Amino acid sequence: MGIKKSVTRIDALMKVTGQAKYIEDLVPRDALHVKIVHSTIANGVVKKIDSEKALRMPGVEMVITCFDVPNNFFATAGHPLSLDPNHADIKDKLILESRVRYYGDDVAAVVADTPLHALLAAEQVQVEYEEYPPMMTPEEAIGNSCVLHDFRPNNELSRMDFTIDINGNVRFYTADFSSENEIAGKADMIGDHYYVPAVHACHMENNGCFAYMEGTKMIVVSCNQVPHTMRRNVADAINMPIGSVRVIKPFIGGGFGNKQDTMYEPLVALISKRLGGRPVSLQLTREETFINTRTRHAFDMSMFTEVDDDGSILRKGLRINSNGGAYAAHAHAVAAYAITNNFQTYMTKGEQIGESSTAYTTRPSAAAMRGYGIPQLAFAMESQMDDIALSHGWDPIDFRMHNAMTDDFIDPFDKFVVKSNGARACMQKAREMSGWDEKRRAYTEFNLTSKDIKKGIGMALFSYKTGVYPLQIENGACRIMMNEDGTATIQVGATELGQGSDTIFCQIVSEITSIPESRLTVISTQDTDVTPYDNGAYASRQSYVSGGAVKKAAEILRDKLIDRAAMILGVPAEELKLINEKIVTHDGREQMSIAMICKHMNFINDQHTLTEHITSEATYTAQNICFSYGVSVIDLEVDVPIGKVHINKVYSVHDSGQILNPQLAAAQLHGGVGMGIGYALGEQMLFDEKTGRPLNNNFLDYKIPTSMDVPEIETAFIETYEPSGPFGNKGLAEPPLIPQAPAIRNAILHATGVGVYALPMNPQNLVHAFRTAGLISD
Amino acid sequence: MYDIQKYFSAHSIAEALDLLREYPGAIIVAGGTDIMVHLRQRKLRDAVLIGIREIPELNGIHLHEDRSIVIGAGTCFDTIYQDTLINRYIPILAEAANQVGSPQIRHVATIGGNLCNGAVSADSAPSLLAMDVKLEFRSKESTRILPISEFYIGPGKTALQSDHELLTAIIIPQENYENWNGCYLKFGQRNAMEISTLGCAAAVKLEKDKTHLVALNLAFGVAAAKPVRCPRLESSVVGMAADDMLWQKIHTEVLSELNPRDSWRASRELREQLIRTLSVRAVKKAIERAGGKKNGL
Repeated sequence: MGIKKSVTRIDALMKVTGQAKYIEDLVPRDALHVKIVHSTIANGVVKKIDSEKALRMPGVEMVITCFDVPNNFFATAGHPLSLDPNHADIKDKLILESRVRYYGDDVAAVVADTPLHALLAAEQVQVEYEEYPPMMTPEEAIGNSCVLHDFRPNNELSRMDFTIDINGNVRFYTADFSSENEIAGKADMIGDHYYVPAVHACHMENNGCFAYMEGTKMIVVSCNQVPHTMRRNVADAINMPIGSVRVIKPFIGGGFGNKQDTMYEPLVALISKRLGGRPVSLQLTREETFINTRTRHAFDMSMFTEVDDDGSILRKGLRINSNGGAYAAHAHAVAAYAITNNFQTYMTKGEQIGESSTAYTTRPSAAAMRGYGIPQLAFAMESQMDDIALSHGWDPIDFRMHNAMTDDFIDPFDKFVVKSNGARACMQKAREMSGWDEKRRAYTEFNLTSKDIKKGIGMALFSYKTGVYPLQIENGACRIMMNEDGTATIQVGATELGQGSDTIFCQIVSEITSIPESRLTVISTQDTDVTPYDNGAYASRQSYVSGGAVKKAAEILRDKLIDRAAMILGVPAEELKLINEKIVTHDGREQMSIAMICKHMNFINDQHTLTEHITSEATYTAQNICFSYGVSVIDLEVDVPIGKVHINKVYSVHDSGQILNPQLAAAQLHGGVGMGIGYALGEQMLFDEKTGRPLNNNFLDYKIPTSMDVPEIETAFIETYEPSGPFGNKGLAEPPLIPQAPAIRNAILHATGVGVYALPMNPQNLVHAFRTAGLISD
Repeated sequence: MYDIQKYFSAHSIAEALDLLREYPGAIIVAGGTDIMVHLRQRKLRDAVLIGIREIPELNGIHLHEDRSIVIGAGTCFDTIYQDTLINRYIPILAEAANQVGSPQIRHVATIGGNLCNGAVSADSAPSLLAMDVKLEFRSKESTRILPISEFYIGPGKTALQSDHELLTAIIIPQENYENWNGCYLKFGQRNAMEISTLGCAAAVKLEKDKTHLVALNLAFGVAAAKPVRCPRLESSVVGMAADDMLWQKIHTEVLSELNPRDSWRASRELREQLIRTLSVRAVKKAIERAGGKKNGL
């Protein structure tokens, strides 16, 4: 088969039949089980912990408290090691905390023979606190005399402020943040305020891990997206050499970035170490997964865009106040990603200013989640684009066509030149597919007479980087081993977590070696003692970066096979080709199969040939970066009196370069649209304002869409060729989510004339907005 | 990892009642879709559970000789949704049954459990209130019949004497369904797997000419501390024509007998807006189903 074909996911049958083993399937039978004692305050200090009663409960093996853990600060972000200390991840986390920084922080843990015994005993641990008021927003936290982390006495985790001049030169500066909606203190740069709440990834499989020892080796099994990075974080946290820690990653039931960070792996490893290497397991509940892992950052944004009468953007300004939560995790990286993207999608003739700040607050830590800050930014940027278009009487697509990034755009921050740009083609295609012009007209007319039901069609555009070069290294490695029957086994450090990377890797090897996917095996389990290195799954980088490693290893393997065949046949290698698993000579005659080469090389016993197990291995370094683009057009109806949105259809058009597997690519769009609809219409993490206690950390009260809420989705791709991608391909995993919320918002604007400036656009917020706008009266 | 001390599976009503007496504090469990959640939330600890799924007489829907329809309390929502009698005579109940949770939940959750849980958001409550059904309770000593209007006594509180009695049946007398038509509208943020933000059931009886109301029963879930009817409004619309005046009257007056909460799940403002809108829509739909003249619909 090879690339550009709809090869069925290689793990599909295993997953639907239950053969695929996930973390909870693998917990050893004799494992001890951990239950965390979570703080019942949001901000304060643990004064005393009384474990006496808990220790007397049935089945309890030990109680470990915040006073029993090493004073060893470690980083949790899933970033590759930076040799530049200024770019290293912030180390601000201990395994258990006596300084409580959010409601539910980990103050102690009970270890028992069963999960129920651990739970019952954990309830008996008595904790005394000195309590401080919660600081749930950047506004409350920054400058507050109550300090969350001593090394940030202002509670401000990080800042990034800059101007970009008309030549694209970026000047970084730091000044006082302006108040209200003024950007950079400029009275002529007053932004509109947008708010997007913290949301959760809601992957099907909760976070979980277990650890045990073999000899002096600590083995940590975790559903983690970045096993090689996690190994370093765990080693740091428990004071062991990296080589003494072995991380194993089985099948993952979704992650979306929330399995990129190190969570409870150091805790189970520490307990196992103290219990002589006994297996120790911690499987989070859904309620814990919501609160004790990571969230998407809540942003307050002040957005300014100035245009001239011709519809060209003259000036842009944006301030982001990002709510980072209790621990640094990815620190300012998410807000930095977001603020820079505001100055990438559209060309601007004049001054551009960005200000951004991430605050420590008493909320669950925010970190990576599908889109890495760009869904937040896109909501504000694309809402403002439609507001401007509306106020000038311009068509939203025409206005964007006029301003979208040009083909020779040089990124002001990373200084790379855009080589493939399907932004305009995506807009054109979406316009045709959706019947945009006719629907804009027809719905406007319909709404003149329809009072309760209003119809709208809206859209949004985005650009999104693939990979994170040059900020971080972008590399990955692959090893391929031939078997004597001509089948091959592929090992990659890159992690499959549902996005389909293992299938794509098989297709790449098949494309280059001619071995069909059915005769290839990808080892889906990453094991840091076996698997070659990779940064892991994030930044929509697997096919673009790790795919480069697989391609390189496959090429080495192909060349080796031809070379060995040439040796066996006694003809020059240049005269041979590999076609359909056969070595073929100039005259088109099949000489020998791959299986014959492998068998011969492995078992030849002619007293002079040195045998060889044919393998290949390669590391690939991506020294480039590119943009993916996409458009969502949303056709919807609003039931105005009850604030309910019914989406009729979503048109999703993307430029992700060459599409390596059309079926998997379309599935990515479907999944991203569904997730984006949740962000737009329902999802938000709610907390009690007085106590900081989470209110809706369960699937009843946290409203992700059900299959009954996801409409028909029509997809299309604009297949540009990106020269830096292994096959002209670019990232696709994260992008489909990005444009949904602003496209839905803009469709509601078209339907009702009411602009919404905060997510989610749930019935309550819409009813309030419609009442304010006078669409509903008592 | 549930904190369950003992589980019994009763095979008859008598056995269940014996177990209730033998184990004070024991909890009756049918489908478990509420009880298991309570266990998980640790609202229920060290529980003694008496399962009633294996009691045949609690399960099923029958037409009695007096033409009352009797629904066994252990009948699951999916059975009610699919049942021929229900669909023929009380379609409003099928409509409500099909809006509970998800297909999986509707296959195990029972109508009796939905009532006895006492939740103000129970999907079956508004329709049963609007139909003015009767509830049958059995204890070792006696059988008693209670109109549903006397069942809900306060927030989360019901008239069930849970230490010694069992809700065994829901009875809908002939006069309560014959010539009545209804509509149940549930509002949830999502289109499935929702707890009701507001539930509104309207049952109407029209004059022969199909233009005027003989009677309206209007019931709500989540519009007050317990599922309630609107008796003042109901009696004041008797004899009214099905037209704009009626919609306007409902829209203006319905809130005076209700007291929706302001909570993090939904603001009072939203709930009031939903009550005004959905009550009019439910009444219109019920009248339409009754063959009402479409004046102002």
